[in-house]
Amino acid sequence: MALETREILGDINKYDFHSEEHYVFKAKKGLNAEIVAEISEMKGEPAWMREFRLNALQIFESKPLPTWGGKIDVDFQDIYYYIKPTDRQGRSWDEVPEDIKNTFERLGIPEAERKFLAGVKAQYESEVVYGSLREDLAKLGVIFTDMDSAVRDYPDLVREYFATVILPTDNKFAALNSAVWSGGSFIYVPPGVHIEFPLQAYFRINAAQMGQFERTLIIVDEGASCHYVEGCTAPTYSSESLHAAVVEVIAKGGARVRYSTIQNWANNIYNLVTKRATAYRDALVEWVDGNLGSRLTMKYPAVYLLEPGARAEILSVAFANHGQHQDAGSKVVHCAPHTSSRVVSKSISKGGGRSSYRGLVKMERGARKSKANVVCDALILDPQSRSDTYPYIELEEQDVMIGHEASVSKIGEEQLFYLCSRGLTEAEASTMIVAGFIEPLVKELPMEYAVEMNRLISLQMEGSVG
Amino acid sequence: MMRDVLSIVDLHVSVDGKLILKGVNLEVRRGEIHALMGPNGSGKTTLGLAIMGHPRYQVTQGRIELDGVNLVELEPHERARMGVFIAFQRPVAISGVRLADFLRHAVSDVRNPQRKEGDELVSMREFRKELREKMDQLRMDPEFARRYVNEGFSGGEMKRAEILQMAMLRPRFAILDETDSGLDVDAVRLASQSIAEIGGHEMGLLIITHHERLLEHNPPDFTHVMLGGRIVETGGRELAEFLHSSGYEEIRRKYPEAAAEEASMLAERTR
Repeated sequence: MALETREILGDINKYDFHSEEHYVFKAKKGLNAEIVAEISEMKGEPAWMREFRLNALQIFESKPLPTWGGKIDVDFQDIYYYIKPTDRQGRSWDEVPEDIKNTFERLGIPEAERKFLAGVKAQYESEVVYGSLREDLAKLGVIFTDMDSAVRDYPDLVREYFATVILPTDNKFAALNSAVWSGGSFIYVPPGVHIEFPLQAYFRINAAQMGQFERTLIIVDEGASCHYVEGCTAPTYSSESLHAAVVEVIAKGGARVRYSTIQNWANNIYNLVTKRATAYRDALVEWVDGNLGSRLTMKYPAVYLLEPGARAEILSVAFANHGQHQDAGSKVVHCAPHTSSRVVSKSISKGGGRSSYRGLVKMERGARKSKANVVCDALILDPQSRSDTYPYIELEEQDVMIGHEASVSKIGEEQLFYLCSRGLTEAEASTMIVAGFIEPLVKELPMEYAVEMNRLISLQMEGSVG
Repeated sequence: MMRDVLSIVDLHVSVDGKLILKGVNLEVRRGEIHALMGPNGSGKTTLGLAIMGHPRYQVTQGRIELDGVNLVELEPHERARMGVFIAFQRPVAISGVRLADFLRHAVSDVRNPQRKEGDELVSMREFRKELREKMDQLRMDPEFARRYVNEGFSGGEMKRAEILQMAMLRPRFAILDETDSGLDVDAVRLASQSIAEIGGHEMGLLIITHHERLLEHNPPDFTHVMLGGRIVETGGRELAEFLHSSGYEEIRRKYPEAAAEEASMLAERTR
């Protein structure tokens, strides 16, 4: 695509376009055992996985919708649960069907891959359509593939870890994902291997009334490290779509994992995601979570600190604009002595948007000398907008340290005036104050994502509403 | 139309419904230094903030003119882009915003008054070079520009950061609102010297101060005394010197009406 066109797209909204549909297979709308079995059949899965799916479907049907969080207004029978966009996955972009390739080019993925990524997975509707991994990493035994291929190619690893961190019984949407999951990433990093550059997955929903249910499993073995980044977008349709992912991360002794998300779904997507990690002795798990899009997001990245010395860091930014509800937060469970966690959450509400922080810190009996610190700051840009904080602390051990700070602020008149007295327009000044508000978090991101995050914030700040 | 003259005519300003300025007249030409003195609560800061356009300071009567434009009808950022600047007495902190990033935006806006949000900024290279030069001149550590605006600054650092902004923005008219307050003797001397060094004398300066030291390197062409929301007396440098040594009692005796205004405003404030 010509550079000029790309720049124009960047100016308007580079995500809000949709491509024509040329699918290989589109399951009937709705959800029942027959459709679930059909998905499994299409994928040529082993019997255990089919049973797992069918069992999960029953759990899904037996569980009520959560009564807390946001309003979920989804007709589960009015959704496409499986759309197969192409026959095979490309190893080079040339092997990817033209229209899909163009989509990802418009999103800048191949370019980013050339510049600074160690590997890429691109998922379109239900399937991963492109995958790559730097050769040197593959030689070291690193596995970076899509979840469907992993079931086929690495059955032992998958059976050992799949659904061990998040059981189908965990919640209604984890059950739904377990029943109809498709795509997602599978990563295995062997002991002692450090992956310097990020591995990236990009999830794109193109069809209307589509449900995307990717399933990601990351295993970082002893003393190894990796940084995984995901981006998500969809065009805007008049009807709702659903995204219900499950992400399981296992950080073994001394491992370090960072999982960064910049979620920019269209404003009619329900984004109901379960993300959880287990951290063993001296391991470090970091969730960096940016929620800018979606109609409703309910997402609380969790870390279970299972052995002494394990650490968790959860940094999140939520931006709720007109018509959006970001119900995001964190969950840390300290199960062993000398574990520590830090949660920093920043939320911004604008134009009638609503953001909520919902977080749990739990100290199990025996988690002696463990430390937890939670800071959540909310910034409300106008009187129509709303922000709530729901912090939960559960203590079964007394010999621990817990810190909790929460603040809610409005953009101060004095701050605006100060910046405006130096020539900045009020809009420019507000954007700058908001950028400053999330700076402590953005600086944790690799440069390219920090730039993207700031760009998205500026887009949100443009005064269309409010 | 008179260019390069900031003229204030019969200015009445109220804050939260209370009238603070009751008819101020003042004309500052580019290249002139004006000292504005007066007891606390006489309206000096109010005048400064009203000129800059603080939203809480309502002009109820009168005009502030520059190049034939009534500034009262302009937003603060438009006033800044016309070349008006204020060094704040107590600048606010902007968390997470680096001084250098903020200044690059400000410089881009002020040097290109038509600039819209999202338009190109001044080139990074040239900006950095210039910032470096100005910081050298003000004997500031270049690392300072990487800090968040006014966050955790000492009193002296805050005031120097204000002078640095003034140096970079090169306004035609600058109001210095008690730039000496909270500083020790050496720091005031440094500030005084810095204002002169960055070319303050080519601007029109309105220096609000209680102390003579800030005027050391910036000898005023005019000294104005404010009392009860009006400028009651104007003189030369000798008036500033006189007020330093004798205080405001004689002024109050000389202008009993304004002194009565002052007393009633004070009473209202403490009530």
